[in-house]
Amino acid sequence: MNASESRVQQAPPVPDAEAADLAPPTPRPDDPTVLQTRGLHIWYGRSLALKHIDIDIPRHKITAMIGPSGCGKSTLLRCFNRMNDLIAEARMEGEIRFDGESIAGPKVDAVALRRRIGMVFQKPNPFPKSIYNNIAWGARINGYRGDMDDLVERSLRRAALWDEVKNKIHRSGLELSGGQQQRLCIARTLAVEPEVILMDEPCSALDPISTARVEDLMDDLKDDYTIVIVTHNMQQARRVSDMTACLMPDEAATDGQRTGVLVEFSPTDLLFTNPKDKRTEAYITGRIG
Amino acid sequence: MSDAAADSFRPHRRMRRWLGPVFGAACFVATLTGVVVLTVLMGAILAAALSGPPHSPWHDLGANLRELSALLGRLLANRQSSDPAVAGYHVGVIGSLWLLGLVAAIGIPVGIGAGVFLEEYLPAGRIRRIIQTNIANLAGVPSIVYGILGLALFVRAFGVRGLALGPSLLAGVLTLGLLILPTIVITTQEALRTVPSSLRQAALALGATRWQVISGHVLPAALPGIMTGTILGLSRAVGETAPLLMVGAAGSLLRAPRGPLDRYTALPVEIYNYAKEPNRDFQAVAAGGILILVVLLLSMNAVAILIRNRFRRAR
Ligand SMILES: Nc1ncnc2c1ncn2[C@@H]1O[C@H](COP(=O)(O)OP(=O)(O)OP(=O)(O)O)[C@@H](O)[C@H]1O
Ligand SMILES: [Mg+2]
Repeated sequence: MNASESRVQQAPPVPDAEAADLAPPTPRPDDPTVLQTRGLHIWYGRSLALKHIDIDIPRHKITAMIGPSGCGKSTLLRCFNRMNDLIAEARMEGEIRFDGESIAGPKVDAVALRRRIGMVFQKPNPFPKSIYNNIAWGARINGYRGDMDDLVERSLRRAALWDEVKNKIHRSGLELSGGQQQRLCIARTLAVEPEVILMDEPCSALDPISTARVEDLMDDLKDDYTIVIVTHNMQQARRVSDMTACLMPDEAATDGQRTGVLVEFSPTDLLFTNPKDKRTEAYITGRIG
Repeated sequence: MSDAAADSFRPHRRMRRWLGPVFGAACFVATLTGVVVLTVLMGAILAAALSGPPHSPWHDLGANLRELSALLGRLLANRQSSDPAVAGYHVGVIGSLWLLGLVAAIGIPVGIGAGVFLEEYLPAGRIRRIIQTNIANLAGVPSIVYGILGLALFVRAFGVRGLALGPSLLAGVLTLGLLILPTIVITTQEALRTVPSSLRQAALALGATRWQVISGHVLPAALPGIMTGTILGLSRAVGETAPLLMVGAAGSLLRAPRGPLDRYTALPVEIYNYAKEPNRDFQAVAAGGILILVVLLLSMNAVAILIRNRFRRAR
C-alpha cells in the first residue's frame, strides 16, 4: 500500500462503526486505514508540540515512527488511545478517526477506546502481582467471561513467554528479567484483545536477544493486529516495519520550542533507500538528530 | 590528563573519607538516644509498678514477673477505688476498647475516603491547595482544642435539643475521630502519591476506569503506608486524655458502658486520676495502668503488621 495514495482518498466513515465496539478484531479489507489524523495539533500549555499531522495508519501492518528526541513521537502515540488526556495541560485540535469514527471529542468513551487500542510502554511496567494476575486483571475488569486459565496460557504463548514461565505463573511478575517483563506486558495487552497495539520504544531497555524476540513477536502479531512502534533504532525500523513515519522539529519555529511535524510517511524500504525529504535523508544517515 | 585539568578538582579525599563514618556515628548516637530514653522510661515504670507491697529483691526475675502479672491481673479485674490495694482499671479498659473500636469504624473509612478523594479525584488547583493547607494545619492543632470543639459540636450541639449527645461515649468517639482524621488523611495522600504513575498508566491503558485503577492497583500498593498512618492515628486516640476530659469522660465510674449513648471513661483518664492521688501507694497503680496502655498499643501494632503481611501474600 502506498501512503500518498491513501492520503488522497479520504476514507469515508464506515456506517457500522458502532458494531465494532462489541465485535472482536475483524479484518476489514474494504477500509485499509485504521487510524487517521487530519490537521492534528497538540499543545502542552502554550507550547506547540505537534503541528498539523495528517497520517493514515494501515491495518495489519507495522508502522514505525522515527525522529529526533522531543519531536512528539510519544505525544502522537498517546493521542491514539487518549492517554494524553491524563496530562492536565495537554490540549488538542484537529481530527483523529479510528475505524472511520472520530475519537477526539469529549463525548468519546476513552475507557472503551483504550481496550481496543492497547499500549506497551518504554519501561516494562508489570503489575506487582503474579504473572497469572498480570494477565487476568485486564481481562477481568473488561468483563471477560471465558476460561481465564485458557486465556492466560494463550496470551503468554502468543507473547512467546509461556515456555519460560509456565512453571511459575503464580510467582510475582516482578521476578522476571527485563525482557521477560516486557513480553509479559505485551501478553497483558493481548489478553484484552485489542485491534491496535501502540509501542513506545518497547526495546530500549532490552538486550539484543530480547529485542530480537520482541521483534519476531511483532512480525507474528501483524496478521491479527495493527502495530505502531516508536523507535530510535533505524535498523529496528527497517527490520520490522512496513511503513515508516519520520517526524522532525519544525524549522519554522523560532521560539526555541521543538514543534514536531510529519516530514515523510512512506513504505519503509522506500523511505530508507530513497527518501523524498532532505530532512529525512539527513536524519537516517545520521547527520541530524 | 593535563595538569590544568587536574588543577580544577579539589578532591578532599581525606575529609570525604572521614565524613561518612562521622555521619554514621551521629545517626547511631541519635538512635541510641531514643532507645536509651525508652529503656529508662520502661524501667522506671516497671520499678514504680513493682514498688507496692510485697517487695521481692530486684534480682529475682521470676518473682518479679509473677508479681507483675498478679498486679496487672488485679488491675484489669478491679474497678475504681480509693483503696490502692483494690483499685483497678476494669471500666476504663472496656471504655477504651469501645472508643478504639468505634473511632476506628468511623475514622478509618472517612479518613481514607477523604485522602483518596483529595489525591485522586480533586483536580490539582487552588481549591485542592487550600484544603490541603487546612488539613495540614489541623494535624498540628493541640488536642484540647478538639475537646472544646467536641464539647460545642457533639456534647451540646450548640444548644439544639435532641441533637446534643451529652457526655456520652458517642460524643467522645466523634471528638477523637475528628482528632485523628488529619493524620489519616495526610498519610493516605502521601501513600497514594508514592504509587508510581507507570502503574496507573499500565492499568488505564488496558481500559480500566478510574475506580478500577484505584481499587485494583493504587490502594493495594498504598496500603502499607495507609496502615501506618491509621495505626499512628488510632494510637494517638487511645492515649488521649485532655479532649476526653473536655467532652465529659467520667472521672469516676463504676459501670462499664454497654452502648454508644452510655456514660464512659477511658484508661488514660483513670491513670491521670490515680496519678493525682496524694497516697504514694497509688503510684504503683498508675504505673500498672501505663503498662496496660503500652500493651494495648503494642498489640494494635502487631495486628496491623499481621493484616499487612496477609494482604501482601494474597496478592
Ligand atoms: N507531560 C508533558 N508536559 C509538558 N510537555 C510535554 C509533556 N510530554 C511531552 N512534552 C513536550 O512535548 C514535546 C514532545 O515530547 P515527546 O515525549 O512526545 O517527544 P518524543 O518524540 O517521544 O521524544 P523521545 O524520542 O525523547 O521520547 C517535547 O518538547 C516535550 O517537552
Ligand atoms: Mg518518547
